[in-house]
Amino acid sequence: MTTVLEVEDLWVKYFTLTGVVNAVSGVSFKLGRGEMLAVVGESGSGKSTLGYALLNMVPKPGRVVKGRVVLGDVDVLKLSPEELRRVRGSRISLVFQDPFTTLDPLRKIGDQFVEFLMEHGLDEASAYRTAREYTEAVGIPGRVLDSYPHQLSGGQKQRVAIAMAISLSPEVVVADEPTTALDVIVQRQIMDLIDEVKRKYKSSFILITHDLSLALERADTVMVMYGGYVMEMAGREEIAGRMLHPYTRALFESLPRLGQRTLPKSLPGNPPDLRNPPPGCVFHPRCPKATEECRRERPMLVEASRNHFVSCIHPG
Amino acid sequence: MDFETGLFGRRKKVRAVDNVTLSIGRGEIYGLVGESGSGKSTIGRITLRLYKPTKGRVLFDGVDITDMKERGLRKMRRRMQLIPQDPYSAINPAQTIGEAIAEPLVVHEKMSWREALDAAARALEEVGLTPASDFIGRRPRELSGGQLQRAVIARAMILRPEYVVADEPTSNLDASIRASIVKLLLDFKERYGVSMLFITHDIVLISLIASRIGVLYLGQLVEEGPAEEVVDKPLHPYTKALLTAIPLAGERPDLEKVYLRGEIGDPSNPPSGCRLHPRCPFATEKCSREEPPLVEVGKGRFVRCWLYLKR
Amino acid sequence: MELSVYLRNPYIAAGLAIIAVFLAFAALAEYIAPYSPVDSVAPPLQPPSPEHIMGTDNLGRDVFSRVVYGSRIVLAIVAMSIAFSGVVGSLLGLTSGYLGGLVDKVLSFVMDSLYAFPSLVLAIALSVALGPSPVNAAVAIAVVYIPTYFRMIRGQVLSVKNEGFIEQARVLGLPPSRILFKHIMPLVSGTLMVVFSMNSADAILTEAALSFIGLTVQPPTPDWGFDLYKGRGFILAGSWWLMAFPGLCITLLALGFALVSEGVSKITGAKLR
Repeated sequence: MTTVLEVEDLWVKYFTLTGVVNAVSGVSFKLGRGEMLAVVGESGSGKSTLGYALLNMVPKPGRVVKGRVVLGDVDVLKLSPEELRRVRGSRISLVFQDPFTTLDPLRKIGDQFVEFLMEHGLDEASAYRTAREYTEAVGIPGRVLDSYPHQLSGGQKQRVAIAMAISLSPEVVVADEPTTALDVIVQRQIMDLIDEVKRKYKSSFILITHDLSLALERADTVMVMYGGYVMEMAGREEIAGRMLHPYTRALFESLPRLGQRTLPKSLPGNPPDLRNPPPGCVFHPRCPKATEECRRERPMLVEASRNHFVSCIHPG
Repeated sequence: MDFETGLFGRRKKVRAVDNVTLSIGRGEIYGLVGESGSGKSTIGRITLRLYKPTKGRVLFDGVDITDMKERGLRKMRRRMQLIPQDPYSAINPAQTIGEAIAEPLVVHEKMSWREALDAAARALEEVGLTPASDFIGRRPRELSGGQLQRAVIARAMILRPEYVVADEPTSNLDASIRASIVKLLLDFKERYGVSMLFITHDIVLISLIASRIGVLYLGQLVEEGPAEEVVDKPLHPYTKALLTAIPLAGERPDLEKVYLRGEIGDPSNPPSGCRLHPRCPFATEKCSREEPPLVEVGKGRFVRCWLYLKR
Repeated sequence: MELSVYLRNPYIAAGLAIIAVFLAFAALAEYIAPYSPVDSVAPPLQPPSPEHIMGTDNLGRDVFSRVVYGSRIVLAIVAMSIAFSGVVGSLLGLTSGYLGGLVDKVLSFVMDSLYAFPSLVLAIALSVALGPSPVNAAVAIAVVYIPTYFRMIRGQVLSVKNEGFIEQARVLGLPPSRILFKHIMPLVSGTLMVVFSMNSADAILTEAALSFIGLTVQPPTPDWGFDLYKGRGFILAGSWWLMAFPGLCITLLALGFALVSEGVSKITGAKLR
């Protein structure tokens, strides 16, 4: 499988007035063509920051302090602003949780779509054709292009966002909680659409989500983050069968399951303060298996079995 | 304790809630399931008389509070409370946690601030925020979502209400701690016999603690029954669609998978006939013309669908 | 609302310094003014000199002394009017915003109508109707400003009313008075301070205008606006100091309040964001 995106040892920090927030710490992974990687994490896990870093758009006062984001042959983090503008949207694109962020409420959808395409080199006629083609490909009628964002429903807006994100055939699409703001039935529709796009256009997806069950249902590879670090990463079948990291297991056990008659379990404690993270393993204060060693040593991400990575002193 | 609410319209003639009848018994947890636009939050607030229904009645412990004036309601308020979705906007950011929890005691029990703060400290311990001294002087923004929601619950319970509306109390919280908040509410129910209206979009979660579930679609109850039954043997296509849409639904081979087209549409302009018909794979001509009534198809089991009215 | 933040702001510091000077004039007039403001102490129309740093007026009175004592009247009238309009306007704005409904509609209508009047015209009309006197002038100015307080406070209340914790306060059965004063007011106080200071700056000018027309004090009471009026006739003859110094004081004091207002709105504006 060809690798379209390789992230090497990525570190992102926010330099705020109240201290340095260690948002992303040493994240590495490879993404293959047509593959979907789900980045799963809760609040403070660093998953959204990771998404922004992949497009080199970490908001101030944040900054990538170390690492590489290699898209094909270029390191996204080393590009000039001009080159970055060209790469964003055409080689790697982003779908936001809130469709309002992508769409200007004062302009017609079609105009925005066409302008976006023209900025990336298409002439007006081709831009119109492409916009129409992709709008229909995501299952909404072409006349939507003549509407304003407020006239569309949440699901429709998100479909438009996806259409724009794939219209230039990017190698990678980063989707940051694309369905969180939608109701569960529309969520399924959008995820089905993403599956279809993935298959048809062979785009690779990075799905950022807090929902482990969604990741287990749809992704090829699942990466679990906590406190800015990668806790576990493996193929879907592999991880579903064997969750090695206590956090992954806790996350799984906290999902309400049909058929279970009792309440799911909860993790004690709170997410870590990223300005002052716990020593050793960032998860140890809440970990049921924590020992003294966990407080002293930070575990490295090791390959526990083929393509199954975990960072834990007591995995399994 | 009975609640019957009826038609509810507002200025723009949005029928947020249409002909809903609910009845919650003492010490019972009723789960109201629906997506946004279903009217579930509106119903919750009507039962607390924060809004007034356009038609229908609200009875609390036998007392008709539908037309009560605000002054009379205020005396009853201590018996019915609300736990909202977002803990950070539920407490005045200028107050400390201790002050927020103590305030109802100062107002209703005429306690001094010192006595009330002592009681607040005990309440904090009761919800698992120990040691209380660590939290009592803090501001809301200094606590995590889960901690703050516990504080909100502590405040809601401090006057020992008989009825509590929990409006999506865990939706803004991390998945890994949701169950602990739900368990906390369950504990209060067991200990003090509090009745609850638990509003949520998570039908699976609610089935684990509610005795009865009502499924709401575009302001109408489409299915109602004992919690386990609604989830194990759903009747209405919408209920089935909700259960199908949950990720990993493939793990339920016995569930008849139902996929709905399109989206929920405009609540102020609902479809004719059965409100689900434009999206329902089983829709017939009759469904688009006539609105099905809510009928009892078993003991305490109700459904609003032409599929079940063949007789 | 930490006081130090406010005091450190350059606008506020400068403004307060100016105001402090005039407050000192008003409070310590007996010690600062070298002569009596109403007695003739020198030949008339003397230009500024070491004995009379602001010269003398047409009746031989020391202009500086008149200016110092004049600050009393000015500050008294302004203080009375902003206190009155501030309290009444805010209370009305709070209740109207919170209660809504018919009360709100009626009050808003009344306030909007008042607001539509050019403030000076209204102030003059009221002053004349009430009869010229410092107190009546204060009332007239106050009435002109009540709509401003009303509007701004009401606007804030409306935006705060939808906060979750206000709904919670209702659910918890807190009485409306408590909700208004303990929960809503603190959030509104930033706006209140901005309006207060803006109001003061404006009130100075309005008072001067009313005095100019003779609607506040009677001679020989020293008052800047009135002296300004009297000084008109002499400027052509070259006695510029009769108008210049009272005029300068009006401008400076108004500027002082305006600076404070600017500083406060920068701080609370930043907070409100």
